[in-house]
Amino acid sequence: MNKKYNVNEKGYYGDFGGAYIPEMLYPNVEELRQNYLKIMAEESFQKEFRQLLKDYVGRPTPLYFAKRLSEKYSTKIYLKREDLCHTGAHKVNNTIGQILMAKRLGKTRIIAETGAGQHGVATATVCALMGLECIVFMGEIDIKRQAPNVARMKMLGAKVVPATSGSKTLKDATNEAIRDWINNPLDTHYIIGSVVGPHPYPDMVARFQSVISEEIKKQLNEKEGRKNPDFVVACVGGGSNAAGAFYHYLNEPEVGIIAVEAAGKGIDSGESAATSALGKVGIIHGSKTLLMQTADGQITEPYSISAGLDYPGVGPMHANLFASGRGEFISITDDEAMRAGLELCKLEGIIPAIESSHALAIFETRKFKKDDVVVVNLSGRGDKDLDTYIKYFNL
Amino acid sequence: MNRIQSKLSEDNLPAKLLSIYFTAGYPKLNDTVEILQQLEKSGVDFVEIGLPFSDPLADGPTIQASSQIALKNGMTTDLLFQQLKNIRKTVSMPLILMGYFNPVLQFGIENFCRKCAEVGIDGLILPDLPLAEFEENYAEIFRKYNLINIFLITPQTSEERIRQIDAASEGFIYMVSSASVTGSSSGFGEKQEAYFKRIASLSLKNPQIIGFGINNSETFQQATKHAKGAIIGSAFIKMLSEEGIAGISAFISAIRKV
Repeated sequence: MNKKYNVNEKGYYGDFGGAYIPEMLYPNVEELRQNYLKIMAEESFQKEFRQLLKDYVGRPTPLYFAKRLSEKYSTKIYLKREDLCHTGAHKVNNTIGQILMAKRLGKTRIIAETGAGQHGVATATVCALMGLECIVFMGEIDIKRQAPNVARMKMLGAKVVPATSGSKTLKDATNEAIRDWINNPLDTHYIIGSVVGPHPYPDMVARFQSVISEEIKKQLNEKEGRKNPDFVVACVGGGSNAAGAFYHYLNEPEVGIIAVEAAGKGIDSGESAATSALGKVGIIHGSKTLLMQTADGQITEPYSISAGLDYPGVGPMHANLFASGRGEFISITDDEAMRAGLELCKLEGIIPAIESSHALAIFETRKFKKDDVVVVNLSGRGDKDLDTYIKYFNL
Repeated sequence: MNRIQSKLSEDNLPAKLLSIYFTAGYPKLNDTVEILQQLEKSGVDFVEIGLPFSDPLADGPTIQASSQIALKNGMTTDLLFQQLKNIRKTVSMPLILMGYFNPVLQFGIENFCRKCAEVGIDGLILPDLPLAEFEENYAEIFRKYNLINIFLITPQTSEERIRQIDAASEGFIYMVSSASVTGSSSGFGEKQEAYFKRIASLSLKNPQIIGFGINNSETFQQATKHAKGAIIGSAFIKMLSEEGIAGISAFISAIRKV
């Protein structure tokens, strides 16, 4: 099969990707680059990974036909229920994979960055499972905004270190994690939470998340007698749930790929996270990709009501899907997402994460044919967002 | 010959070269020229002028803070080139621009290099521009404008890679003293000493200048025992934040004192 939308041997997706890292990180990243495919191909690795996904995460997650939602929008909508994963989101697929990778590389200390805390919780969870030391960097501002997730990480035995530099949010937490890795090059593995960072991270994380589309194929075949939907839809911050949902469809042109970004208060409002609309090619966290920045090349602070989508860049795979026209990019405002979230509650009895609500919101404006099969990746559940829902709807 | 190369090949000078890093636009927006003049007057051998970046991955808290303040003060790439426009009328030591790759990429690589040549910059240190990318895409442009690209090595860099970097280098090799971001060392121990000796014994074609963790005359002496020179960044910036430009001369004398 032609794999033109996958990473190439130099670590690029088209013009995007690479490993723009200081020399201090070179040995760590190079060690990973040389070993990740080999380790992932080992039978013992696959066996352990698959077993944990099944028994611990609860996979396969259901592919659910959303009947009432489908009726409302006159098309066939399936929801891939990643919200039913242990810890409440798809993030754990990647942390399970990476913790097994870290163990095989002989690492004893795990670091991670987190924005809203979902990836931090998923990392703390697998560290507890494996008995490894866990340090999670989190922006000082996010620590205040996301107290329950901070408590979860602590209960799971992780040390939560506030990132006090820069804007004190996700990008700064990522900077601090990278600095920690520079200071601890031998015993530490950095579990990046999305398909961002230097090669091989975007590819490795996408491969761990690709279980999502692997299952969709199988499940859709059972339900519809066809492996390929007409469209697969996912929200994109850094883009890990989208990478997983798109992965096995990347090189199948009959499947439409729809990536949904957070427009925040509107693309032109100055408070947005719609990277494909507002970004230019640049370097962030070791990757050449689309990036929100000033004319002078300073990285700007994104905004979205959803903490999981406010990353100023986008994974290089997605930058390439956008630049090549393979993916359709739609941006959804805070208001549209919140309405769609509430609608799913009322129509299907599912409270979605606000990130996932962005993907659900496209049906208001993006029309599909009656017999189109549209799979939406429901990346996480909304419990973590209750505070935001309560404030927004005065519940 | 480029000014960096001439400086490194002068043999009548003290073998221990002292270089200073500072962040352009800090403490005040228009301090750049005066800091450079004071540094030259104080006997510094060459200087790295830091182009501030919002997300300086390899820097510790001191340089991070100075970068943030510089950006807040209004420092930009354009403005830095304007400030340096007449620098060669008063300053003759080698000048290196040090910064992260993204602002350079946005300015346009060739445009950036042309500006560097116009104002009299001799070299660049871009820690997050990897060797392979540089050689494949940018080496020719650098050469065209007579700019030397300086690469870093660390205690974890393999000998094979050090030799590759040595082959690609035309000025000096920036030897990072320990596995750390800038400004975090408190003296050098046996581990560093062994690393310094190991690198010295490789007989590389490029001289080595040690940076990261050098903050006083003692660490300067330790570092320059095995290398051609040493770079001081965070400690200098700390001094600037406390004493300002007036403190430069005394700071440099104290470092030089044996």
